[in-house]
Parts: sequence; structure tokens; C-alpha cells
Amino acid sequence: MSTTTAESTTTARGTDWGRLVRRHGWTVGLAVLFLVMCLYWRSATIRPWGSFDVQSLCIDALPLAFAAMGQAIVIISGGIDLSIGSLMGLVNVLAAKYMVTDLTTVTPRSFQHALVVAVLLIGFGFLAGALTGLIIQVTKVADIIVTLAMLFVWAGAALAVLQVPGGGAPLEFSSLVTTDTVLTKWVPKPLVILLLAYALIWLTIRWRRPGLALYAIGSNRPRAYLSGINVPLTRVMSYALSGTFAALGGLALTAAVATGDPHAGDIYTLNSVAAVVLGGVSLLGGVGGLIGPIMGAFVLTLVKTILVIKGVDQNWAQVIQGTIIVLVVMAGGLAIRQKGKGG
Amino acid sequence: MNAILEAREVAKRYGPVVALRDASLTVEPGEVHALLGANGAGKSTLVKALTGVIRADSGTVTVDGAQPKIGSPAQAARIGLAPVFQDPALLPDLTVAQNLHLTRTPADRVHQRLRAMELDLDFSERAGDVPLPMLRMLDLARALSRDPKLLLLDEITAALPSDLSERVFAVMRDQREHGRSVLFITHRLAEVIATCDRATVLRDGADVGTLVPQEGGEERIVEYMLGPEAAKAEAEAAETDEQRVAVHERGEPVVEVGKLALGNRLLDVSFTLRSGEILGVAALEGQGQDDLFAALSGQRSPDGGSIAVHGRQMRARNPYDAIRAGLVLVPADRVQALLPQRSVGENIAAPRYNRISRWGPINMRAERRRVRRAVDELQIDTRAQRQVRRLSGGNQQKVTIARWLAQGFGALLCFDPTRGIDVGTKRQVYALLRSLGDEGAAILFFSSELAEFPLVCDRVITIFGGRVTGELPGPAADEASLLYAMHGLVSEDEQVA
Repeated sequence: MSTTTAESTTTARGTDWGRLVRRHGWTVGLAVLFLVMCLYWRSATIRPWGSFDVQSLCIDALPLAFAAMGQAIVIISGGIDLSIGSLMGLVNVLAAKYMVTDLTTVTPRSFQHALVVAVLLIGFGFLAGALTGLIIQVTKVADIIVTLAMLFVWAGAALAVLQVPGGGAPLEFSSLVTTDTVLTKWVPKPLVILLLAYALIWLTIRWRRPGLALYAIGSNRPRAYLSGINVPLTRVMSYALSGTFAALGGLALTAAVATGDPHAGDIYTLNSVAAVVLGGVSLLGGVGGLIGPIMGAFVLTLVKTILVIKGVDQNWAQVIQGTIIVLVVMAGGLAIRQKGKGG
Repeated sequence: MNAILEAREVAKRYGPVVALRDASLTVEPGEVHALLGANGAGKSTLVKALTGVIRADSGTVTVDGAQPKIGSPAQAARIGLAPVFQDPALLPDLTVAQNLHLTRTPADRVHQRLRAMELDLDFSERAGDVPLPMLRMLDLARALSRDPKLLLLDEITAALPSDLSERVFAVMRDQREHGRSVLFITHRLAEVIATCDRATVLRDGADVGTLVPQEGGEERIVEYMLGPEAAKAEAEAAETDEQRVAVHERGEPVVEVGKLALGNRLLDVSFTLRSGEILGVAALEGQGQDDLFAALSGQRSPDGGSIAVHGRQMRARNPYDAIRAGLVLVPADRVQALLPQRSVGENIAAPRYNRISRWGPINMRAERRRVRRAVDELQIDTRAQRQVRRLSGGNQQKVTIARWLAQGFGALLCFDPTRGIDVGTKRQVYALLRSLGDEGAAILFFSSELAEFPLVCDRVITIFGGRVTGELPGPAADEASLLYAMHGLVSEDEQVA
């Protein structure tokens, strides 16, 4: 027994590297792309490039990274969530409204109060996502249709909460993502918060049955059912997680700009899908992880930053962003096909 | 002593289609029990109902004297029912180890079971990268590791090479010795006679009898499966068919294959297929036959050699080129060939869309006429014709043949066309292929069931290690001579593995 186990591990070790590259090649490639872009970014900046730039990039990328994580979980489970952006917008206006005493004078409440609001809103995001999942599960209507409907529901609710941009947040709450750094000035707080959320929410389930179940229902739903998985519950859970990340994204928005805007989340729905695709997650489900989409979010944010530095016209900037997404996904697809031919 | 499993009057309908009318079944402890029936008789539906995959409309299921609620596969597993389905239940995007973790199966027990079957597998492999036969064995090992009271095997041997099938039979015998029971579904009656203690036959969704397979043999089972009159007619048809095979003359060469090579399996294969001829290709698993058919049907480009159709060199870059040259494929996996969500009519007409009218609107009247003729000719059961995926396997396969009939072709490439089809429909497929041959069609025929070659083919070539190793006249291609040639004329028997 023990001898055979030892044998199988030694035989496995020979192929392990190839397999690691095969499984994580996309993420590594994306990391290389990001580093190359960072070098270019540094050379393109006129004033001295420093830790401040890294901090501002992280602040900019944080909401999109959260949205991408939520979107990735749903897409891995074989669905798609078009309501992420508008749920972020709703959380943003709710936070901005209830973190101040009065909307006209915009007097912020205490930091403790803001934290309670934040926790409540994360719970609200979880429940809102679960509701979306439940509707999909009960009505058997396609994910894309139900989440499109929820997009309008949350967007309408956001406008009901706050017709025009307003509200605010206590300074301490904003500084959670804006000013401070951890240990050195090169480790900005948003990055730490992001990694914490990743570890607490994703790593706790990823390698256990709930996480595997998410991959299973995205990989092949009938077989997942045959494997004894509670498919309806897992599906609802994927949307609940998405809602949770949407809430985190909405709070990140609130902290970053210290104001509420009912349209603030609008751009994040499609951008989150773009980040997920860029991150190597298959839209067919069952394949990919969360690190890829997070890096996808950083790449997209950095592209925007560079284009602003370069003074590229806003409209052309969008054309360039779209082109980059297609090129990266195409290059990745070609690489995979090439590997398939070799092996 | 209580029966392990007692199903009484189980019924299930899908809309207007009755899958199970009134099926009863009793499996005793320590028994290997066969569940037989033609395609669409309801075997798979019954197994799914017993294991909680679907919920029966009515009927009772007693397991070990109790009547448990079987609402899901997980519940069925808990009371000791372990199914292995035709389609392996492992998730392709997870590793084998993750798959086992997901079903709460201890990996070391599965390892043990695999080793008992003399198999080894790296559990960190993605399930999607594991070859299908191995995946089935893994599914079996997973089911066994739960030490089930009743193991339900739904056509597990359908696509297994003979050496792996033998290991499955050994497992079944072992279960019997340990007082466990097995419910075994197969279309191969020889396997039933060799391994099963009793057999229950389903026909049109109801059980028509339980018999001891060794008494009366194949004929009696077929009689039960088809009903008395149909069986007699089939037997007569089979007899006259056998006579007709012998007299057959060859016409012009239709396909000439010269020194064809592809990848590391197909090395050097040459043959000529003439009009009015059914040429069999017999080979063990993985001898290059897959690549041969892939090259001929335009799915992959050969590395070397030539393919000529009607004397003209074919350089097919895709199936469309091959179809235009006249080489059309009937694959084993019918789902691969058909558009499952579309209607029978559309499926038959789909390859024609290029021809009927290239850009303009499709002439629906002409299309419908052609489709109806093909449907009539092949006796396709079209009760569920709005979506092809609702048809039984045999009827699906008829649709894949019908679409080429409607389109017209140079040579028909049949790759294991009767896989997973019941005996009655199989004979219809043989008869169909032979009548096409009589009308002058050229047909290349591969089958994993050796018994089919003498029934269907005018001539059989054997392929071993990517090369042609022998040629036999069809009627002389009995199992023994084929096996001999299929092993590259090596006489040692242990070469099978």
C-alpha cells in the first residue's frame, strides 16, 4: 500500500511542472502582460513614478476587482450575472445615504456607525444575490434574463434612494482604502482588503465540497446532480456570493469617492465580464479561478490609466480597450490550441 | 429472506411519450440479474427511477424489505444502490481526486478497487483528460467502493475493449460470491448468457417475463424482447439475409486508399472500396481505425498517403470537403452527428441545405417530400419527431443514415453504427446497409462487435498496429478467424491486453 503510494507520487512529480504550467499558464501569461504594462506605464509617466501611483491604481481597481470576483464565481458555476453593476450602485447610494446624518448638510456619522452600515450592506448584498439565484432556480428562466431584469430592479431602487449624486462617508471609512498603507508604502490597503476578502470568502470554500460543487454545476449539471450535489442550493449560493462581492464593490466605490451616485455602478457589469474573460475563465463554466479575473481587473484599470496619461481621446480609449480584450483572449485561445496539438 | 430490490408497477411518462407503463422487477441477494429489452423499452428509465435520478409517476420500490424514499441519487447511494450509467458521471473539469471528494468517496478505497482490477490511474489528472474506457472503470470502482447492496450497470460494456469487459464480468462474479447483487443492462446477449443468473425482459415499458438465460439461449430472449410474431419474422429475415450476403459482385472502385498515415496510430493502410460492396474493417481498440475514419470523413488531414474518390484525389480540409467529394460519416456517437434540439425533418435536410438552394429560400415542399421518403424507407418511429434528442438511440441512428440517403453520397462510412442499439433495430440496420449495397452503394463498415461482420460485409480487412494485416471474404469472417487476423497473425492469446 505505502510503496505504491510512494511510486505514484514519484511518477506524478515528473509531470507536475507541465501540468502546473498547463493549468495556470493563462494566469502566468496575464501576470507577464501586467508587468510589461507596468514598465510602460512607468516610462510614460512624466513626473517621478512612485508608490503613490501604485496606491492610486489599487484604489481605482478595487471596485472592479470585487465585481470581477463575483462575476467569476457565477460564470464558473455556469451562469452569468448582469445585475452586479446596478447592485453595486444600489449599495453605493445606500452607504452614502446612511453614513451621513443629513443629506443636505452631508455631515458624516461616526466611523463605528459607518462600519455597522457596511456590515449590514454586505449582508444585504448576500441576500439580494440569493434572491436573484432563487428566482432563477424557481422560475427556471435563463440566468441572463433574470439577472437582466434584476439590473433594472436594483437600478430603479438606487434612483429611489438617491435621485442625484450626494451623501458621503466618514473620513476614517474612506481612509480604509485611500490613504494608508500596510508595512511599507508599496503595499496599499486596497490590495490587503482584496486579498483578505479573497482568502476569507473564496479560499475557505474553494477546495472543499461547496467550492467544488460550484465548479461541478458549471462543468456539467446533470452529472453534478448524479454526483449527489444539491444543484439548486449551489446555484443560489453562487449568486449569493456574487451579491456579496457586489456589496463589497459598492462599499469600495463609496470609500474611494466618498459620495453616492445611483449610476456609479453602471459600467461595472460589462467590465466585470471583460475582466473575467481576460482572466481565463471559460464562459461555458467549470474552468478558471479568481486570481485571473482579479488580474484582469487590474489590467483593464491600468489600460485606462495609461490611456489617460497618454491623453488619448475618451472615445478612442474605449476602442483600444475593446481591442485589447479581444487580442488577449484570442492569443490565449491560440496558445491553448497549439498546446492541444503538441500533446 | 427478503429480496434486495423489488420494484412493483413502476410507471413514468414524459408528456405524451410513455417511457414506462408497468414495470416490475425482483432482484434476489447474491444474484446477477440482467435487464433486457429493445431500445425504448424503458430499461434506462427504470434504472433512473430506481436510483432517484428521476421520480416515477407511480409504483413502489422496496429495498431490503423497507420502502425508503428515493428522491435523489445521493439518497439512493445511502441505502446501498450504486449505479454506473452509460455516460460516466464524473465532472470533466475537476480532477479525479476532486470528483471523489465531491461524492464523499475515500480515494484510497477507489485505488484499492482499481488495483484489484489491475488498473492504475493518477488521481490528480483532470477527469476530462482520462480516456473514456478508463473513466468507466473508475466510475465502477467508485460505485464499488461504497460496497453497495445492489450495483446497477447500465450498458457499461458498450464501448469497452474486450479485456476491460472481462474485468467487469469478474467484478460481477465477485459481487455474487459476496452475497451482493448486480443489475446488468446490455445489448450483448452472449454476455447475458455467460454471466447472468436471471433476466427480466421489458417490452414497451412493461416487463414481459423473467427467465433463466442459459435455458433457451439467445433465441428465447429475442422472442421475449420482440414479441412472438416479430421474432419469427426477424429470424426468417436473418436467415435469408445470410444467404444473400454470399452472392454479390463488385463494381467500379469508389474509394481508393493508398498508404494512408495519420498520427502515431495509423501508419500504412491501403484498400479499395468498390460500388455495391460492403467492406468491413475489423480491429481491436486503438489500432488506428478512429484515425482512418477521421481522415476519410475530413475531420483530420492525413500526414501521408492518398484518398481517391471515383478516381479523383480528395484533399479534404474539413467534413464539408469530404461530403462534397461523396464521403459521408455515420458515427457511433449519434449525438455528435445530429442537431439534438431540432426536428427529425430538419436533421435529415440539414446536409442538403448547401445543395437545395445555395442562397435563396429553401423549397420546403421538396424538402418535406424527400424527408418523408427517407423516414418511410427506414421505418423511423417519428412519434417524438419535434426534437431528435427525444428519440431512442436506434431511431436516432436511423436519422443519421436517412440524412445521407436524402442527400446522396459516394461512399457511406459507418463507424460502429450499432453501438448501444437493441437487437431488433440492429437487424434493421444490417438489412438497410445490405439493401443499400445491393443498390450499388459503397459502404465502409467498422464495428466493435465481431459477430456483425459476417452478417453485413462482403469482405473484411483487419487492421493491427496501423497496418492492414489480413483480408477475409465476408461469410468466412467468423469471430475466430477475425480475432486471429486482428492480432496481426500473432497466435498467442495473451496479446489481447
